[in-house]
Amino acid sequence: MKIHEYQAKALFRAYGVPTPEGRVVSTPEEAAAAYRDLKSPVAVVKAQIHAGGRGKGGGVKLVRSAEEAATAARTILAKPLVTHQTGPAGQPVKTLLVEQGQKIVRELYAGLALDRAVGAPVLMVSTEGGMEIEEVAAKSPEKILREPIDPIDGLHSYQGRRLAKALGLASDQWETATQFLQKLCRLYLDKDCSIAEINPLIVTEGGGLLALDGKINFDSNALFRHPDVVEMRDLAEEDPTEIQAQDAGLSYINLDGNIGCLVNGAGLAMATMDIIKLHGGEPANFLDVGGGANKDQVARAFRLITSDPKVKGILVNIFGGILRCTTLAAGVIGAVKEIGLRLPLVVRLEGTEVEEGRKMLRESGLAIVTATDMTDAANKIVALAKKG
Amino acid sequence: MSVLVNQNTRVLVQGLGQAGRFHAAQMQAYGTKVVGGIRPGKGGTKVDDLVVFDSVAEAREQTGADATVIYVPAPGAKDAILEADAAGIPLCVVITEGIPAKDMLDVYATLKRRGSTMRIIGPNCPGIITPGACKIGIMPGYIHKPGRIGVISRSGTLTYEAVWQLTQRGIGQSTCIGIGGDPLVGTNHVQALKLFNEDPGTDAIIMIGEIGGTAEEEAAAFIAREVKKPVAAFIAGQTAPPGKRMGHAGAIISGGSGKASDKIAALERANVAVAMSPADIADRLIAAMKR
Repeated sequence: MKIHEYQAKALFRAYGVPTPEGRVVSTPEEAAAAYRDLKSPVAVVKAQIHAGGRGKGGGVKLVRSAEEAATAARTILAKPLVTHQTGPAGQPVKTLLVEQGQKIVRELYAGLALDRAVGAPVLMVSTEGGMEIEEVAAKSPEKILREPIDPIDGLHSYQGRRLAKALGLASDQWETATQFLQKLCRLYLDKDCSIAEINPLIVTEGGGLLALDGKINFDSNALFRHPDVVEMRDLAEEDPTEIQAQDAGLSYINLDGNIGCLVNGAGLAMATMDIIKLHGGEPANFLDVGGGANKDQVARAFRLITSDPKVKGILVNIFGGILRCTTLAAGVIGAVKEIGLRLPLVVRLEGTEVEEGRKMLRESGLAIVTATDMTDAANKIVALAKKG
Repeated sequence: MSVLVNQNTRVLVQGLGQAGRFHAAQMQAYGTKVVGGIRPGKGGTKVDDLVVFDSVAEAREQTGADATVIYVPAPGAKDAILEADAAGIPLCVVITEGIPAKDMLDVYATLKRRGSTMRIIGPNCPGIITPGACKIGIMPGYIHKPGRIGVISRSGTLTYEAVWQLTQRGIGQSTCIGIGGDPLVGTNHVQALKLFNEDPGTDAIIMIGEIGGTAEEEAAAFIAREVKKPVAAFIAGQTAPPGKRMGHAGAIISGGSGKASDKIAALERANVAVAMSPADIADRLIAAMKR
């Protein structure tokens, strides 16, 4: 789960990680008032959307008066913000962060993420702040320094000092930098983050460290113990179909093709997308109904798939283990009748109670094409979707 | 022959909710020696045919259990795993899905501090089966057949697919290990490969991976260096877009790493027979065994 920059910075401050002083606003008038309130000759007005690349997209503006703050706010709020991460339609902006401008001496980077190869969260720092860290990693990987974090102890002081020295900070700043990084790590561990990133982390004229920008993602498996984090969720930033799927206990991702897929199990669902493509088609979605799906969930999955106007045919691929083929067949028959499905439908069943399941489909009187294996299923649905 | 589990393995069940009870019965029906279940406060009673104990330590002492399977819901899974370790259980199969990454980090860190040697399979996995001898987990038993092929997989139903392809062609399996779809698993591809490579009862290996992480690349390096047996592989998610998590917490292409194409290239360099279609996994292995 993602949150906005202003929410990330509130969490930083709660953990003692300093940020510039700022105000969260939603109108030009409020932006002007925030400018006056901040009493800083230069302020920054920043669009609050989840996607990156806000600066290049015109979502971050420097202002030098209350009037300029109001104008900047009006401009940003007027239309959806388009960045390289939003897609061409852009993302509507509802909230702005107005912050005191800073005199920047150096721009650094600090970020935490789970390193699967190491089997631990890793704190990464770099002198190349302000750039995308993926770009730094590709061009000059030696400029990224890493320390694995013990999940129980957090960042040790000696690790903090090593990083501070490597960042070229003066020795009288090492203690400050170490504490800064330790607090960031504590936040990451306490709140079950999957990513916590400060880019840039700036050194100010007075030698202080500030989180000029902030990004935090959370492990969605841990949200059950963080009601405060769940409250920060912004549904307007998420795909409405994917939210609908989550509510139904389905795992669904919208894709660009025209063949809808309904599969049990994430690995088999990906493999089904792959085999469709291999046989000349394009999947319209990833959809995993899960191991313990019931008749109702199958019906909801069908409704989700058919609500996508791109879909020209549907492939159901089930390897029944816990999910019995008869349960699946009953769900498919019920859903097809209920929504009056007119699209071509290919069903491939295998596993528990497969003979009974196939018989139910055959005797349903519905126009359901059955397939013997995955290759047969892919060939049939690709041909039918092209015709339709 | 087999790896990790056989007809003598004595299994405990932790988590006797609906799923735990259902699968305990299925495991017993398959012939697995399920020797007890854990339900704190209900020690001495019975759930279905299962003798219930208050703690893993008591159950181990009284039954000689040497494996446990965990169906405990995600919030309690960390405690269940650490309890199994404290009781000295050598093999812990974690079926539970959706355990917070931090909880598994805590588990691994604690096991390391304790100097533990307990092997964890999973989490978020279908379990482990030695066909005809011992089934620990949620896989349908009848699709398997005793034999000499080792199967390793990050996914559940896709494993059944590969196993079924083998069985339909009359080829049996020594052991099938579902290592799990999470970013941090207790036993990874390399460790599972090592077990099969050293098992005299295994002639060849099927490895099923998916997008996300670099475990398959590490497996490829290990195969090139150590494995003399034929290996066939399939990588799911060749068509998955970057940045989208495909169901499994571990299945996400991020920051340019974890792509299927990189994994396939690495495996092919290690002389692994990679199936481009999930329908060809068994046939690719058969071809590789004839080479």
